[in-house]
Amino acid sequence: MTQGKVTFRPSDEVDFVIVGSGAAGGVLAKELSSNGFRVVVLEQGPYLTPADFSHDEVKVWVQHQLTNNPSVQPTTFRKTAQDKAQRQYSVMYGRCVGGSSVHFTANFWRFHEIDFIEHSKVGDIPGAALADWPITYADLEPYYSKVEWEIGVSGLAGASPFDPPRSKPYPMPPLPVKGNGVVFERAARKLGYHPFPAPMAILSQPRAGRSACVNCGFCLGFGCEVGAKSTSLSAAIPVAEATGRCEIRPNSYVHKIETDKNGRATGVLYFDAKKNTHLQKAKAVILSANGAETPRLLLLSSSPQFPNGLANSSGFVGKHLMPNSGAMAYGVFEEPLNDYKGFCVSRIFHDFYQLDHQKLGIYGGGGLDARFDLTPAAFAMSALPPNTPKWGKDFKKALHHNFTRTLEIFCHGTSLAVESNSFSLDPDVKDAWGLPALRMTYRDHPNDLKMMEWMSARAMELLDAAGATSKWAQPIQEQQFAVHLLGTCRMGNDPKTSVINADHRTHDVPNLFLCDGSSLVTSGRGQPTMTIMALAFRAADRISDLTKRGEISG
Amino acid sequence: MKSSQNARRQFLLQSAGAATIAWTNAQWPSILAAAQHAQESAKSAGKPHFEVLTTEQARNVEAIAAQIIPSDDLPGAGEAGVVFFIDRALKTFASGMLPVYEKGLVEVNQLTTQKFPTVKTFADATPEQQENIMTILGERLNPPAGGARRRRQIASADFVQTIWQHTIFGFLADPEAGGNRDYAGWKAIDRDPAHSFSPPFGFYDKDYPGWQAASVETEKK
Repeated sequence: MTQGKVTFRPSDEVDFVIVGSGAAGGVLAKELSSNGFRVVVLEQGPYLTPADFSHDEVKVWVQHQLTNNPSVQPTTFRKTAQDKAQRQYSVMYGRCVGGSSVHFTANFWRFHEIDFIEHSKVGDIPGAALADWPITYADLEPYYSKVEWEIGVSGLAGASPFDPPRSKPYPMPPLPVKGNGVVFERAARKLGYHPFPAPMAILSQPRAGRSACVNCGFCLGFGCEVGAKSTSLSAAIPVAEATGRCEIRPNSYVHKIETDKNGRATGVLYFDAKKNTHLQKAKAVILSANGAETPRLLLLSSSPQFPNGLANSSGFVGKHLMPNSGAMAYGVFEEPLNDYKGFCVSRIFHDFYQLDHQKLGIYGGGGLDARFDLTPAAFAMSALPPNTPKWGKDFKKALHHNFTRTLEIFCHGTSLAVESNSFSLDPDVKDAWGLPALRMTYRDHPNDLKMMEWMSARAMELLDAAGATSKWAQPIQEQQFAVHLLGTCRMGNDPKTSVINADHRTHDVPNLFLCDGSSLVTSGRGQPTMTIMALAFRAADRISDLTKRGEISG
Repeated sequence: MKSSQNARRQFLLQSAGAATIAWTNAQWPSILAAAQHAQESAKSAGKPHFEVLTTEQARNVEAIAAQIIPSDDLPGAGEAGVVFFIDRALKTFASGMLPVYEKGLVEVNQLTTQKFPTVKTFADATPEQQENIMTILGERLNPPAGGARRRRQIASADFVQTIWQHTIFGFLADPEAGGNRDYAGWKAIDRDPAHSFSPPFGFYDKDYPGWQAASVETEKK
């Protein structure tokens, strides 16, 4: 680590303690420390640097180097509240400094206007708890631009006719096109759609002391060895640390928010690497622990004063989980695409962003991308045509022929909010620290499954139009595994039906703020990180203002 | 390209020559350290003796792996050193799975003798006999259920699924993981072992004219 970084003692009452250093926590740390506040960020995972990253699939997929490890952090799953949850690896999130932004694909789509006002536009949807956001796209727009310029997004402004208005162009051109992008673009044009260069949080040019992408091909699931992926780790945390006012404290697992008799937060209790407990004192607490761990932490912080968990007078903590819907089709082409080189995605389209409910009977919508996110072993285990032998010379022949010739069309879409879809504390299973495990209760809204069937059929048409020599779609199944952890402490103006207000302040505890995927009211169309970062930039402005006006100190 | 070290070194040279020079100068000692570490791990994994498996177990693991990914004009599990990868796995990331191997190998050998009474172990069987047994074992390689597109890890107590998975990792994961010796696996799937690439990447992007907004005719469609 660099010399001269600030450290605080747990007994120092800092201005803010932020739980989590991912897409939201990293940005909040950068902004608040830049605004003059003293900040401690507690991250449960290790502080890895590009020197720790590698192309080792075993480390990433089996040893969970960058993500939560189900052997010490078990999760459970059930479909409905009537079922008994079974131990099952049901949630994956980044567990290292930088959080999930370290290993993500880096698709960086803005939400569109409709995502914030869908309830007003379409009305109630049976079986769903659709609500408008307390903020609009226009409120968030300046912060989307901030993400693009300060974190680093490559793209081409105005390239999609469906894009919402923007105040600034992208700071750098799109990444180069890949084979999958070329064939996808041609096919999409043939079918009358509007493909365009994917906005990606990966540098196409060197910027701010970081390298441009070198197209190594180990992107989704992996940390970037050259810092080209625009993550909290590469783009936000170094700025926070350089202020001399922010300490990133890794291997610190927060398990309780402490409150005083007036119901104000006084700090957080956490385990260090040796499982010793400390209390980090702070004037205000911000949870950016992700849409699973933020609600879990609130529920773990119940007390006689807050018997249902902290900040949970609405009963909405942990509810309305939206993991986004997804469908996948694969195509094999005659000539080598060699899509194993480079980042995953170079072309997308948004023609289906808002599907015609009258015509199709489907709410919400989505976006399609052409990608190759399969590293060699992952490819061999999951991406050969369904009837390919799994061993022997035909297995090997298929690997040889298909590895360089396969692409995927990924359909990303809405998850409708359903109250019973939730994270809660498992009554029986404990983690390695003796705390109740995360329990996921989930069943896709029938609309989302219907939409994925519809999109999957469009993806197959695209593969035909692209001239794939063979193609197949992954069957649409009910999801039991979530990586997009959205909506579980939703934002709103009414304390009865939301957990935080538009300033990210909890309705119940005046100096407790939540900002991460849990804040989202709708799920967008499948690419949440851009919005999570934009919310964090906005939250930092709001929180700084409130603090300077003396509205946070009690 | 002979080793992971060389691929990394080439990557460093390329980086140093490119626009990334400022970044590389600041970072390259740490990359080199990581590369050296990887090289050491790869070397120690390649030693021709077994630390966990008995010689007899290793013979059978090797024979099963060679049935999963046979050698032909392109390298197979044997050339990639998959059995050494698995031996090391049983000491490291899969240290709890030795019982699965011990029990599984006994069962496979029993099945072999049951089918071919004069043959004692899978490794002793003829290639045709081995294929015959593999056809039975291969039934256990059905895809996992549960809509887990993004979930790569398939933890399993089933021996056939486990050795299948380990064989693939040992064949295709970066040599840093201890297998894929001399990039044998990547040769077999036509993956260039270089550490960085420049466009055009493949056939279809070679003559790409550059992105243009949809024409009026397309719009009318």
